[in-house]
Amino acid sequence: MNAKVPDIHISQAQFQPEPDSTSGQALAEIAPAEPSAVRKYLLSLGSSANTDRAFAWLMLLCGLSIFAIVALIAFELVVRSQLSLHKFGLGFFYQVFTDPDTHMQTFWDPVNSYFGARPFIYGTLVSSFLALLMAIPLAVGLAIFLTEMCPKALRGPLAFITELLAAIPSVIYGLWAVFVLVPLLREHVNPLLIKTLGWTGFFDDTNPTGLGYLSAGVILAIMILPIISSLTREVMTAVPHSQREAVLALGATRWEMIRMGVLRNARIGIVGAIILGLGRALGETMAVAMVIGATPEIHRSLLANGSSMATVIANEYAEAISDIHLSALTEIGLALFVVTIIVNALAQVLIWAVTRGTPAQTR
Amino acid sequence: MSSDAFQFRSRMRSFTDRLVTALAILATLIVIAPLVAIFVYLLYMGTSSLNLDFFIKTPVPVGETGGGMANAILGSGILLGVASVIGVPIGIGAGIFLAEFGRGGKLALAIRFTADVLNGVPSIVMGLAAYALIVAPKIPFLPFTGHFSAFSGGVALGFMMIPTVCRTTEEMLLMVPHAVREAALGLGVPNWRSVLSITVKTASPGIITGCMLAFARVAGETAPLIFTVLGNQFWSTNLNQPIAALPLQIYVYAMSPYDDWHRLAWAGSLVLIVLIVLAVSLVRYVTSRGVLKGAS
Amino acid sequence: MGVGIEVINLNAWYGTNHTLQDINLNIPANHATALIGPSGCGKSTFVRCINRMHETNPIARATGIVRIGDLDIYKDAKPVQIRRRVGMVFQRPNPFPTMSIYDNVAAGLKLNGYSNRRSLDEIVERSLKNSALWDEVKDDLKKKSGASLSGGQQQRLCIARALAVDPEVLLMDEPASALDPVSTSKIEDLIFQLKSQYTIVIVTHNMQQAARVAEKTGFFLNGRMVEFDSTHKIFTNPSDKRTEDYITGRFG
Repeated sequence: MNAKVPDIHISQAQFQPEPDSTSGQALAEIAPAEPSAVRKYLLSLGSSANTDRAFAWLMLLCGLSIFAIVALIAFELVVRSQLSLHKFGLGFFYQVFTDPDTHMQTFWDPVNSYFGARPFIYGTLVSSFLALLMAIPLAVGLAIFLTEMCPKALRGPLAFITELLAAIPSVIYGLWAVFVLVPLLREHVNPLLIKTLGWTGFFDDTNPTGLGYLSAGVILAIMILPIISSLTREVMTAVPHSQREAVLALGATRWEMIRMGVLRNARIGIVGAIILGLGRALGETMAVAMVIGATPEIHRSLLANGSSMATVIANEYAEAISDIHLSALTEIGLALFVVTIIVNALAQVLIWAVTRGTPAQTR
Repeated sequence: MSSDAFQFRSRMRSFTDRLVTALAILATLIVIAPLVAIFVYLLYMGTSSLNLDFFIKTPVPVGETGGGMANAILGSGILLGVASVIGVPIGIGAGIFLAEFGRGGKLALAIRFTADVLNGVPSIVMGLAAYALIVAPKIPFLPFTGHFSAFSGGVALGFMMIPTVCRTTEEMLLMVPHAVREAALGLGVPNWRSVLSITVKTASPGIITGCMLAFARVAGETAPLIFTVLGNQFWSTNLNQPIAALPLQIYVYAMSPYDDWHRLAWAGSLVLIVLIVLAVSLVRYVTSRGVLKGAS
Repeated sequence: MGVGIEVINLNAWYGTNHTLQDINLNIPANHATALIGPSGCGKSTFVRCINRMHETNPIARATGIVRIGDLDIYKDAKPVQIRRRVGMVFQRPNPFPTMSIYDNVAAGLKLNGYSNRRSLDEIVERSLKNSALWDEVKDDLKKKSGASLSGGQQQRLCIARALAVDPEVLLMDEPASALDPVSTSKIEDLIFQLKSQYTIVIVTHNMQQAARVAEKTGFFLNGRMVEFDSTHKIFTNPSDKRTEDYITGRFG
């Protein structure tokens, strides 16, 4: 048995002598009587277990404050809209009033205390829907171009440009829309739409201002484009490379590869990105307020003036004339809050379903 | 015949491929067009309206020419200061909790989800909440309550900063190698000290980036200010009083019927956008350089 | 000055995985002790139990008695206090990336609130000399970051950082496994010099390394300590068949 062991190439001389009782004497000689100053200092320190615990609790508190803020917002909105909730109930969201003097239909008349949210819900839905209609194909097209086709040198700058689009404040979009986009639509696009598509009833000739649902939809589309596009890009990048190669190996063209290898795998996440864009469009305030026309009416024509949930709050809250007026506006805010929370939660779940497992990225 | 059919289909496939490529490029161009249009117009209108008065004078009454937005710039600075004091510490704290204490737990998942949801709450609703919380109720002995004030707007903006700061802090902290944490703990450094002096410090370029991003986002917010800070034509540095803010002033001027005011709105927009673009570019520069350069 | 370590019935778990089972041994003061064994045998877990780093993982736990000198570390002290007495060098060099060389070495003291500047200068110099790095870095102590050094230098920096707190025990978890041969031999020389002043426990998968630097060697297998004896005995005349199989290269 002994004979096999020396296989490993270590000569006896290399081994260190074993410590045992004989070396005890040598140890005693080296050992200093006193520990060093540093050692003494370190030994004097406590365990700082209490500070650690306090720190952990403080950080937890910061985390919990996010729950608290959401809860606080919900609570305040519910409390402040009590008056309107009690008076109108669920009817608030669909009721129509008839003015006893003029016998005209009205939805919203603060002076006579008629409050119904229908025109604002309609305006929000129509403008958001128009925005999605225009933004989805462009955003997905841009994402496809950036992830699959774009030369590497262009990718950085283009992504940066879309990032910039997302960083422009709403009020600047609004300013630009008022002075550039609306005149453009009024002079060139709207007449064309009226002439060619006027028969559908969606485009009629009664509003000369150029403001209205369509203008709001266009500016919203520009604003939500970067959000949809960058998230779509994120979920497309999350599709494993092997999926692309598998399709390419079958002799597919690039588009077939994108369609079958990428879009099919990323579709849930893309839907999530679109829903997130919808969430932004629903709550967008300033730019829409500046171009939608601000009248509490419902029109079939997309070129007519309207109003949305967010804009009516922005326009009337600071100058509300009665408690019930404030309360009704708050109830619209509450509805907007609930809807955007649901929409955002849904979007997050869908996006997580796709990007889960890929490393975290800064958006 | 099958060969013909095959050739036809093959040609169709490559045609579709090229068509889609063209469409994607077209989409890209259409997306870039408004951006270019906005910037060109902004630069054109902004520079022609911008002068020294803009930065040093307060607004003048309708009819008089001249005047500037000095008070609005100062007001925005004050509002953002208040917002940062609220949003940055809470956001970083929450991010530290998510990355260092809550790892993988259900609570952390819930907080992360709620932060993402809070991020999507419309700014106008934030304004409503700040109004309901601070402006409307007159709470005895509590300062700032019961009337329009700079403080209430700062709170609304601060709340809006929290989710962005929190999520970037978390992501940056998770990028710090585990070995660095172990090294600190192995030296007998208490956990709180290790988190603050080692982990957070290592990730600090990224965390600062996140704060800048949040800052840039709320700098242009108008909706939550309309019925909280209200606006002010005069100098004010009082947190307890209505105050002017750049985006709010832009809105008011843009919606006015006066050409003079429109010019001021353009100039204000240019100043605002330059600040924001600077912030975003800086952020992009820092992140592309590698947040943790040299960190393993 | 080092102290001995006495381990009695140490058991450790990761979740439900019983990674250390009934370990008993006495590690002598002021000598180097090597722990060898195939990967996953528990030798790293063992050293991490000696400075209670094991429990930084939330699913990990340990039972048993570990005495460092007279101190029962699982009963009489808190983890941070233990770790101030027991230095650790990790498998991969892990200098603090944002700190200068000087600050890296001084970190254990500065972060624990020690602020005597003159004394710090002295300690940094002595620690870097003890880790044989002084001559290479003395000109840019405060200019260069710890991360700018080469791998081998980084590991010696980590050793200097551990020495700066004047530990009684120095744990080294495969300190040379991520390094090139030249750096490895420098680290081994270093261990050789340091062991007269510190109790060194070194985990290694390299048997020659164990033979070169350690007086005592323990062989771990599947979470148990199979044999613990003088290095000479382990490598020339092991009493257990499994030890013999391992060191003759039949497995692992």
